[in-house]
Amino acid sequence: MSLIIRNMEHIELFFKAIFIDNMVFATFLGMCSYLAVSKKVATAVGLGAAVIFVLAITVPLNWLLDQYVLKEGALVWLGPEYAAYDLSFLSFIMFIATIATMVQLVEIVVEKFSPALYNSLGIFLPLIAVNCAILGGSLFMQSREIPNLGLALNYGISSGIGWFLAILAIAAIREKIRYSAVPPPLRGLGITFIITGLMAIGFMSFGGMLTGDNEEVQDEKIEQAIQLEENEDEQGNGEKEAIENITALNK
Amino acid sequence: MAEVVEQEKEVKVAKEPLFSKKNRKLFTDPITDDNPITIQVLGICSALAITAELKASIVMSIAVLFVLGVGNVVISLMRNIIPQKIRIIVQLIVVATLVIIVDLVLKAFAYELSKTLSVFVGLIITNCIIMGRFEAFALGNGPWKAFLDGLGNAAGYAVILIIVGFFRELLGSGTLLGIPVLGNPIPGEKTGLYALGYENNGFMLLAPMALIVVGLIIWVQRSRNVALIEEN
Repeated sequence: MSLIIRNMEHIELFFKAIFIDNMVFATFLGMCSYLAVSKKVATAVGLGAAVIFVLAITVPLNWLLDQYVLKEGALVWLGPEYAAYDLSFLSFIMFIATIATMVQLVEIVVEKFSPALYNSLGIFLPLIAVNCAILGGSLFMQSREIPNLGLALNYGISSGIGWFLAILAIAAIREKIRYSAVPPPLRGLGITFIITGLMAIGFMSFGGMLTGDNEEVQDEKIEQAIQLEENEDEQGNGEKEAIENITALNK
Repeated sequence: MAEVVEQEKEVKVAKEPLFSKKNRKLFTDPITDDNPITIQVLGICSALAITAELKASIVMSIAVLFVLGVGNVVISLMRNIIPQKIRIIVQLIVVATLVIIVDLVLKAFAYELSKTLSVFVGLIITNCIIMGRFEAFALGNGPWKAFLDGLGNAAGYAVILIIVGFFRELLGSGTLLGIPVLGNPIPGEKTGLYALGYENNGFMLLAPMALIVVGLIIWVQRSRNVALIEEN
């Protein structure tokens, strides 16, 4: 039991990244390859696994880069006179450089160990480098200020699993609706968008999952919700407030 | 031999006028028939995530216009000297630099908006439209054509973003660009449509509705142009 309590942060982050902040359904990252590769379950599984792998490697690497090179005051290990340097404007280039390198490595490994998978993924394997999900994972890791390497690795793996779940689900559904009477203008892309929208609505139901926090965190969240209300524009739109408060409480 | 050389010199290719029909087509095609979002399936991520406000959609469109236009020209100018093996890396560097400029300009002149757009400005780097157009067009064509193609695709992207942003903001918060257009919704002082019992559909501001709105746009577009309907 104490093992679980000590690792509560990890477990929370794990479930949060898969269900509540799902990369596809909450923040729409990686939609292009999600829509393009989801016609068959087999290729979807292959791409999903590749995405998990690349995220698991690049998010911790970029965390190290951010921590020791890019952040404000990060270069202090070189010497105290470097404490004022803030290289965070280079984040984009540095992150994308590590991602491109890692993807090249993954491509070499996949070509060697599974030529069948390599052939079926085709152009989409190198395209993982420009998949918003990968860069998005690193950027969200940076903007949410994940505190340590273990959590960064956790975040990388769990966001990947979330993306994998999404593409697996839509591929399975698309295979089945090929035999349904979809109106012609909606066939293919249109119905996929609408179904993804409905799945996203479904995933919103997970929003209530992590509300059983300890006292301090609850008070903090209530304060945040009150502040949100105060920062509302004069219109005081009732429903919008309520939804914002719910999403804030669940953050 | 001398005759052949002379004939070759006389056959000069007429220079294509700047705004010839082909060039204009490069600009107008991506707005309707070859739309990057609804037909080419590129650039979807940012189209869905930031369209809860019309203002954010407009700013994002301008940002992509800048990056795509300038980027296309730069890559097109460099197209003969980029080595084949590192071309993706070169493209990424060009885009990343342009996006850093956009990000810093936004942070300096529109800080509130840059907070709303948050990581999605950075994600312009991986916006499939930009890399897609570099690969498909800029690497094989001259700078002026590449510029027109970039403008056209950015315009097509902007059209979809603005339509989605318009409906989401109008139906979701009853405002357009922050200005209330349907009346005053505060209970006790209700005017306009709200006095008749209309309520804002807060759901439109949430993520899933963007997907459904784009799905509906695709439906309308393909019903109007039957040639675009996919085979099953």
